[in-house]
Amino acid sequence: MLSLETITNNVHDWLNSHVSNTWATIIEMVIVGLLVIGLFAILGLILVLMERKVSAFMQIRVGPNRVGFKGSLQTLADTLKLVLKEGLTPKGADKFLFNLAPYIVMCAAMLILAPIAFANNFQIWDINIGVLYISSISSISVIGILMAGWASNNKYSLLGAMRSGAQIVSYELSAGFSVLCIVILTGSLKISDIINAQQNGWFIFKGHIPAIISFIIFIIAVTAETNRAPFDLAEAESELTAGFHTEYSGMKFALFFLAEYVNIFVVCAIGAILFFGGWMPLHIGNWHGFNHIMDYIPSSLWFMLKVFGLIFLIMWFRWTFPRLRVDQLLNLEWKYLLPLSLVNLLLMTIVAIMGWYF
Amino acid sequence: MYRTTNILESNTQSSSLGETGYMVINVGPQHPATHGVLHLVITLSGETIINVEPHLGYIHRSIEKMCESLTYRQFIYTTSRMDYLSSHINNHCCALSVEKGLQIEIPDRAKYIRIILDELTRLASHQLWWGAMAMDIGAITPFFYAFREREMINDIMEETCGARLTMNYMVPGGVMFDLHANFQKRVKEFIAFFKTKIDEYDEILTGNVIFQNRMKGVGILSKEDAISYGCTGPTARGSGVNCDVRKLYPYEIYNNIQFDEITATGCDSFARYEVRMKEMMQSLSIVEQLIDNIPEGDFQAKTKAVLKLPKGEFYTRVETARGEFGVYIVSEGATTPYRIKFRSPGFSNLSALNHMAKGSKIGDLVAIMGSIDLVIPDIDR
Repeated sequence: MLSLETITNNVHDWLNSHVSNTWATIIEMVIVGLLVIGLFAILGLILVLMERKVSAFMQIRVGPNRVGFKGSLQTLADTLKLVLKEGLTPKGADKFLFNLAPYIVMCAAMLILAPIAFANNFQIWDINIGVLYISSISSISVIGILMAGWASNNKYSLLGAMRSGAQIVSYELSAGFSVLCIVILTGSLKISDIINAQQNGWFIFKGHIPAIISFIIFIIAVTAETNRAPFDLAEAESELTAGFHTEYSGMKFALFFLAEYVNIFVVCAIGAILFFGGWMPLHIGNWHGFNHIMDYIPSSLWFMLKVFGLIFLIMWFRWTFPRLRVDQLLNLEWKYLLPLSLVNLLLMTIVAIMGWYF
Repeated sequence: MYRTTNILESNTQSSSLGETGYMVINVGPQHPATHGVLHLVITLSGETIINVEPHLGYIHRSIEKMCESLTYRQFIYTTSRMDYLSSHINNHCCALSVEKGLQIEIPDRAKYIRIILDELTRLASHQLWWGAMAMDIGAITPFFYAFREREMINDIMEETCGARLTMNYMVPGGVMFDLHANFQKRVKEFIAFFKTKIDEYDEILTGNVIFQNRMKGVGILSKEDAISYGCTGPTARGSGVNCDVRKLYPYEIYNNIQFDEITATGCDSFARYEVRMKEMMQSLSIVEQLIDNIPEGDFQAKTKAVLKLPKGEFYTRVETARGEFGVYIVSEGATTPYRIKFRSPGFSNLSALNHMAKGSKIGDLVAIMGSIDLVIPDIDR
């Protein structure tokens, strides 16, 4: 069967047979880099269009339907417009930091892709501390946001950046704790181990109530971490015009915009891996016939289905919820989510030790 | 009205962030939250608001002065440009004041038409407010729900008087044209449609936990403060003040109609929200009562070609969607008014903003502004 695994193996073998090992590795790295950038572009195009279509669906509208088939090229047209626009740097801004900020946000989003398994044995880097790597890299983006807010020399930007800083740093804790719950169940930080442990049932079903609670906490925390509504205080449009990226225009703005969508994809991918078994097909107990049919669906399709399901959930939040106030946001984290996730961690530890999971 | 020197001083102080440590932010004149060209100078300590100072004058058109050179038939048209969301009601007030001065008795049919259109305008205005306020606190979808119903009212208006925003339909002596043949049918269609959709309003916004937390206990305006700031309309009724002009000084046929004056005692943004939501239902029931009973007859009383108000002073007030709207005319007996003063509800309501917003967060300021339903051309005439 022509799976992604065989393709990568064939490429690897072919390269190794034609050039030396070192060169093969270098060429593979370049290919991977290009693929990641290509994935970024495609994700941006798809997710922005999806957001607009989902919002249109929620808002009893049609959405973009003029450019391309049913508006499929709308994002391309938008990107073209942004590329052609002048990238202004405001007077009094710190030019170096101002220009650097979008790239940092972008790079942070790109780096998290490394340990994510897109399909069976199709992973850039199966690092043995995968989960730790993800949670540490995802906190880098806050530096870019703070940088953007500070360097813009704009009060709105500064307020937005400060909000975002407080928000991301706080919600990282809850996200981390909910991820830890799964790590406790698996006993490994490695992404491939986590996925393989879900062979006969996804963790959201296997882990009883603690897994469900940690999934809910995870979804809330990552929505906050990606600065999406109802936690979009950093760019609260009606309060701070556009928050930390008020002064950005053209391609620099587009990078922030793109990074937001890639971040959504990444956090949803992590959610799918941790709670919904990544590329694992849906298996139900002893229904061998059913399980067999499910196995026929390619693993990459399974993964994408789960990820886009979660992305739809996060978009759904955005288009139906009002925004929280800044003190309510921090109250929610420090007074409710954090104690809850600590208790949940304890609960999960008990479940794991007693072996009460399936 | 406002002290320019003080503003400049506070600006220079804060730009160095020296002694006070406060930050001064200009919200507006172009800002998504102000729904127009309102300029607010906000003094902040962190995210907490120390002071809010509205600066007006960005769209001042000196309508009152213009009216002094317009005849009593002409000056009505300028009032559509003030509170553009209650243009029927503004026109109505002007027509009433001229009729009061000339002691014109208008036919019953015109009275009914006027009240129905007034209430439809109030409904449309509240719908727009609902959507815009939801947008202020970050929910974008309700705006589209609100516009779905508002569009139907606008279509009715368009069919009736040819305009969707600046109606200019009420004239001294009645209304300008007779109703369109479709009017009753389409209004009934709207009523039936709106009744099926009103639950959606509550489902998507009112019941939401985040929304309630954002609105409850925010922007407190006590009953005494509401009275002393001269607040009217839903802003004051949310603080428990009985100030509905339709009940206190009934004009036209309001004393024959069954409807309740909605008040709430919460004194916060949510109380003002509740008042407007319930007012929508009251307006709907008023329209329902009248739509089948529009009497036959003339739609306009016979008036002279040139109107001359007798010497004296005339004040008329009506209830617009935002509060009490008053027209004060001083006449010297000429064809044009000697002096005109409009009492616009938005201006007094805005004056209470600083009082309400002090000590709350920036996000709350936006919610409070949404809850007092500002229309800037109404404040800045």
